[in-house]
Amino acid sequence: MKTVSRIYMVLIFIFLYAPLLTMVLFSFNEANSLSVFTGFSLQWYRDLFGNEEVLEVLSNTLILAALSSVIATVIGTAAAVGIEKMRSRWLKSAVTTVSNMPMMNPDIVTGISMALLFVFAMKLFGMDSIFGFPTVLIAHVTFNLPYVILSVTPKIRQMDRYLPEAALDLGCTPLQSFFKVELPAIMPGVLSGLLMAFTLSLDDFVISYFNTEGDFQTLPIYIFGMTKRTVTPDIYSLSTLLFVSVLLLLILSNVMQGYAERKEQRKIAAQAGVRRKRKGAK
Amino acid sequence: MNKKRSFLRTAAAYPHMLWSLLFIVVPLLFVLYYALTVENPDGSFSFSFSNITALGSESYFPVFIRSICFAVVATLICLLLAYPLAYALSQCKVSSQRMLIMLVMLPMWMNLLIRTYSWMNILETNGVINNFFASIGLPRMQLLGNAGAVILGMVYNFLPYMVLPIYTVMSKIDRRYIEAAADLGCNGWQTMLRVILPLSASGVISGITMVFVPSVSTFYISQKMGNGRFEMIGDTIERQFMSNYDYHMGATLSLVLMVLIIVCLAVMNRFGDEDGGVLV
Repeated sequence: MKTVSRIYMVLIFIFLYAPLLTMVLFSFNEANSLSVFTGFSLQWYRDLFGNEEVLEVLSNTLILAALSSVIATVIGTAAAVGIEKMRSRWLKSAVTTVSNMPMMNPDIVTGISMALLFVFAMKLFGMDSIFGFPTVLIAHVTFNLPYVILSVTPKIRQMDRYLPEAALDLGCTPLQSFFKVELPAIMPGVLSGLLMAFTLSLDDFVISYFNTEGDFQTLPIYIFGMTKRTVTPDIYSLSTLLFVSVLLLLILSNVMQGYAERKEQRKIAAQAGVRRKRKGAK
Repeated sequence: MNKKRSFLRTAAAYPHMLWSLLFIVVPLLFVLYYALTVENPDGSFSFSFSNITALGSESYFPVFIRSICFAVVATLICLLLAYPLAYALSQCKVSSQRMLIMLVMLPMWMNLLIRTYSWMNILETNGVINNFFASIGLPRMQLLGNAGAVILGMVYNFLPYMVLPIYTVMSKIDRRYIEAAADLGCNGWQTMLRVILPLSASGVISGITMVFVPSVSTFYISQKMGNGRFEMIGDTIERQFMSNYDYHMGATLSLVLMVLIIVCLAVMNRFGDEDGGVLV
């Protein structure tokens, strides 16, 4: 039975990874073919970095991801803190439901609804065009927010409720207490929310597709355009780069989480040790 | 003093609330608004149900049915594949479980386009599989452009979404239940049917939701894997919006899609007792 389940797992993993590995393999293909592998070559990567259009799209995507994740993290962390302190149950659940909507709705609905807002604004203010960096930035922040809040909220709940009060007793103003005591305590959640937002922003296709036009393209939109024309392996090199960067981000996020966890464990162990010593001394 | 502090704290959420109102609630209201209006020649809008009645027509109704059918089939296949996998994973050593689950989740973080496109490349007439067939003397097969390819694309893209919730719930099942079942005389299969299956039901429902919703609303997968032969709701919305600039029709289709999903979720919720699902 165990071998059967082992074999099954292996098969599923092959199924999951075959296309990705083919893609990585063929990005190094010598010939201009996506199905016959002739030799190992870095030419497609070299072509990529020489292509000005690609570099512009790449920088667009990175700037968008960085900006939208930072904005979402700031607004989202503040929101998580605020929501936890809400007294009114009704308001709390209403805000939570609304902010979770981009997560629950299919991407296409989120994308279209925001595009409609922008189209209407365009009509209202008599503009020729509105789609571009600002609209896609707004869209990215909007779908990043729920994930940031989701990351930060557990950390807020885990934090010792009396720590900020202790800080106030020791003379901090409420603002100081937040930045000196609470923020460091919830920082792991904030950072993982930031990373997640960045990754989601890099990867997003559908929502960006409906909210930007012509000039400002992100990497996934550019790849989409490439798939509509004849395809050469440089699309694979581009995709591999995207894949590797997302992979690195995920590993980074996991390593940080592991590090934070171990720090917590060491702190708890140290406290337990101190208590035992004190008991022993008595 | 306490009240003031509390008020300042909740005020921290105000920027977010404003943002959500403006960019989540209002856009959804606009979907409703555009769906219920048509554009007059002079550019103004007038209230009309014609968009909605157009949905019953030949050009749209089959599309809905097709999308739902494909989504149901894809969801079922995902469930059949994911359930044993989740079970196998939950039985592994705890230390390796974490890594294995990360491996399962990793393709999820890969871009949708890339995942779909790489399958296209494998299945093409000149693709990897067919080249292999040709080299050993078998005829080349038409592996793309049919319903199977579209379903394959969907299953491939959404399988991790099904595995994750089921695995999470399964890994929390107290081992002692399984031991107790064995003590009371169940063999492997009976334990599965009577103990594990009911206890993992909430994960199954989460997984179904997380696969059905994107399956029914996808547009890229059906376009690429089906060679454009199978138009789905997502494709139609995209076409209306980006090619025809018919925002009203696009909005109407989106509205119906949303209603469809809400109905499905409500039905799901009646079958599950736990709240929502497990997220990444």
